Amino acid sequence: MEATENTHAQDHGHHHHKESFISKYVFSMDHKMISKQFLITAIVMGVVAVMLSIFFRLQLGWPGEKFQILNAFLGDKWAPDGILDRNAYLAMVTIHGTIMVFFVLTGGLSGTFANLLIPLQIGARDMASGFLNMLSYWFFAVSSIIMLASLFVEGGAASGGWTIYPPLSALPQAMPGSGMGMTLWLISMVLFVASSLLGGLNYVVTIINLRAKGMKMTRLPLTIWAIFVTAILGVLSFPVLVSAVVLLLMDRSMGTAFYLSDIFIQGEALDVTGGSPLLFQHLFWFLGHPEVYIVLLPALGISSEVIATNSRKPIFGYKAMIGSILAIGFLSFIVWGHHMYITGMNPFLGSVFVFTTLLIAIPSAVKAFNYITTLWQGNVRFTPAMLFSIGLVSTFVTGGLTGIILADSALDVNVHDTYFVVAHFHIVMGMSAIFGMFAGVYHWFPKMYGRMLNTKLGYAHFWLTLVCGFGVFFPMHFIGMAGAPRRYYSFSEFEFLDWVMDLNPYISIFALVGGAAQILFLVNFFHSIFYGQKASQNPWQSNTLEWTTPVQHMHGNWPGALPEVHRWAYDYSNPEHEEDFVPQVVPLKPGEHAH
Amino acid sequence: MKLLILLVIILAVIAIAQLTKVYELSRSLRKNKEEEISAADNKLNANLMLVWMFLFFVGTVFLYVRYGDYLPVSASEHGADVDKLMNVNIWMVTVSFFIVNFFLFYFAWKYQFKKGRKAKFFAHDNRLEMLWTLVPGVLLAFVIVYGLITWNKITGPASADAIQIELYSRQFDWTARYPGENKTFGTASYNLISTSNPLGLVTKEGIRAKMDELDAQIENVEHQLAENKLMPLMPESYVATLEDKVSRLKRHKQRIADIDENSVNGISTWESGNDDRLVKGEMHIPVNKEIEFIFRSQDVIHSAFMPHFRSQMNSVPGVATRMKMTPTVTTAEMRKITGNDSFNYILLCNKVCGAAHFNMQMKIVVESETDYNAWVAKQKMFKAPEVKETADTTLANEPKKDTLATAMGAK
Repeated sequence: MEATENTHAQDHGHHHHKESFISKYVFSMDHKMISKQFLITAIVMGVVAVMLSIFFRLQLGWPGEKFQILNAFLGDKWAPDGILDRNAYLAMVTIHGTIMVFFVLTGGLSGTFANLLIPLQIGARDMASGFLNMLSYWFFAVSSIIMLASLFVEGGAASGGWTIYPPLSALPQAMPGSGMGMTLWLISMVLFVASSLLGGLNYVVTIINLRAKGMKMTRLPLTIWAIFVTAILGVLSFPVLVSAVVLLLMDRSMGTAFYLSDIFIQGEALDVTGGSPLLFQHLFWFLGHPEVYIVLLPALGISSEVIATNSRKPIFGYKAMIGSILAIGFLSFIVWGHHMYITGMNPFLGSVFVFTTLLIAIPSAVKAFNYITTLWQGNVRFTPAMLFSIGLVSTFVTGGLTGIILADSALDVNVHDTYFVVAHFHIVMGMSAIFGMFAGVYHWFPKMYGRMLNTKLGYAHFWLTLVCGFGVFFPMHFIGMAGAPRRYYSFSEFEFLDWVMDLNPYISIFALVGGAAQILFLVNFFHSIFYGQKASQNPWQSNTLEWTTPVQHMHGNWPGALPEVHRWAYDYSNPEHEEDFVPQVVPLKPGEHAH
Repeated sequence: MKLLILLVIILAVIAIAQLTKVYELSRSLRKNKEEEISAADNKLNANLMLVWMFLFFVGTVFLYVRYGDYLPVSASEHGADVDKLMNVNIWMVTVSFFIVNFFLFYFAWKYQFKKGRKAKFFAHDNRLEMLWTLVPGVLLAFVIVYGLITWNKITGPASADAIQIELYSRQFDWTARYPGENKTFGTASYNLISTSNPLGLVTKEGIRAKMDELDAQIENVEHQLAENKLMPLMPESYVATLEDKVSRLKRHKQRIADIDENSVNGISTWESGNDDRLVKGEMHIPVNKEIEFIFRSQDVIHSAFMPHFRSQMNSVPGVATRMKMTPTVTTAEMRKITGNDSFNYILLCNKVCGAAHFNMQMKIVVESETDYNAWVAKQKMFKAPEVKETADTTLANEPKKDTLATAMGAK
């Protein structure tokens, strides 16, 4: 016993001890491996979520049509004769939303790029705690598995929408999806939050403590700033979701009444009084709104980096960009009530939320204009990552603008919970964040796998995704303005909507093509991991520190001493230098001013 | 349609197969590196930026033209204000949309990569940044003020002579309740809901009947438990279930005993409900009269959405929510405006509430006040179920009178 302990201690003395398959690929504590684990898990979850959306788009595009493919995937119970069951429809919608928001765009996006980029871009050997980092991934993995498993239980997966408002989600009598499926949803979400918190704490601590010599906060690349603020938002808001979820679990199984009062359902007057369904909404949206920015900010950070690098220009208004990120982060905590204008909340409170919500448009506008000015007089190189970043600016602006209408309580009354909302958040949050994620993957793939992705396939992937994305979501504004509610299984029961519903088949066709276009990405990604062209050390002529590490991954990232930082990350086309990029490790010339 | 989808899927698969082939071919032929974007590729993508911008803008204009008249003219008083506000906002948003997207795609095209050119080192400019902080700031200040003025108009308290109508929601239908001749709603309690009394209106007879029913149930279960004590045949878990059931039934009784009897305008709220009209499927409202809707829900959250009146409010179990609205266009007039003889106003459920959520609707008829009054008078009054008097009243403690509380204090 003593002997093993001794060898163990000796092992720790060495920096590079031999690794087994398990410690290298499964329970890895290396941030680069964990980043890849997050990415691939998110891709798997993303494929499931896209397939679910295709299933319900078939129903929405051609209600009542028989699609044998639905029957093949979902069986006789959920798609008898190839027609999607009404409860199954709601389950698909719910799980699509949950997976996309939490597993792909929160866990996947932050998990991948925070882990990959924080140590590499601040000049650290690894995260502050490799062990917590590993735990963070494994909590994520287990919660993903539970969420997927919930699709297979009797009664089906959770079906109350991704916001799972009680009493619908609290009462198994209310709908089949509020049985076992909902319990698994809640358990999965508790584990997911644990993962997020472990990750988030680690990110914050690492960024504050482990920056290389000379890497002042004002020299950090904007990716790191975005991830930093994102992590703080997560650490402050996710615990509130846990409490909301735990209280809901108690209402469901222990007879408490936090959210329930005066309910008669299925022939029975329930034994619960005094709770409030609105309490849940307050708790949920206290996370829910910062969550939107937890999803969006890393994508904006990535696009800042990619746009500057590929415009060969410094990002315009670096300090204003940091200020906007901080302002958005702060404001995101005091706007949650704009999801609740018509819940019976005091109208005066609504007015306050109108004010705070519309304020967010100012830092957002600053960011959008700064991106565009970065392109101005640049030397724009269209890598696939750059295309996705430009696409992101377009979706961010287009979707953000309709937010002005939704934030206005008097207008929200008309479009609340209609397709207008679906259009708004899919464009501003869904498309923007996924574009940011794709931009990140195309840009840092060489750093992750030491190989290049195929550029031509990247182009095809981008253009198809852009056209289909807007093709799906842009017309939804008009369907929503005409008064069509979201989460409807079919619109055949309402004559006044007939005339806009001829848009639905086209939307579904765009969805099908857009979904198929992702196969291009999958093929490119998995093929290039093994057979892609070998990458050079700094393929994009970028300034940031990650491109000074060797192509071949190693523990500790840099073979010798850690790099020393002498300048900010955006010295592109600096007139005092010959090259159009000056890496952060290059010392200042005599007489040159640090920016 | 099915054929079309099949075609799309087949085409997509072929396209992907072809692309993969091209990819394989180009791989073997290519000498240059993936990261070196060729001049041709840069040019292609830059041009595609312009093509896309063109398609995007044309598509947007097409959608505005084809689907821009999203709803007929507002049928309510506040709706006209809301529509004005909406139009101002849409104009602003649309103009910004075109301007910003134009510069984005145009710059991307204009400043495409040229070998040998060096980008302008332009890191920041305080005047520019101030400009695009202030301009959105000023515009938003306008939007906020204008929006809040409208919001305050919509949400103020209803006037004293507003007509009150209760909209009661449950999976999956709506019931409208009119207070009847005495203009006072009877107290309702979810504890008294039954098939003959779907809203749980409180009457002395109703309470007695429900108490009797609960007593009979309690007696039945207690009898089973007593028998089991003599001859223990039940599994222990089942005994626990039964004991639990007894205490639940007793609590149910207690909640009924706790229902307060109030009095509004000198009438007991246990009696003022007798002339309440309960209507399903179709709700009538008078034109040009302010109406205050009171929403209650039986089971889960629903949302009453009336798109033609630009009105919406959630219906929440345990909380009564309110909303006021003045219809200005009768159904007959709206049929003329829309040129559709079968046009009807509609109330939809807009908060997901279960499998049949998508078909939880109610027709709304707006008509003149005389027609409205005649229609209401024709509707059946609520009547409590008849019960035979039993000697031992189960009402141990007669509920106290409380004249201060309102009739709507539904327990």
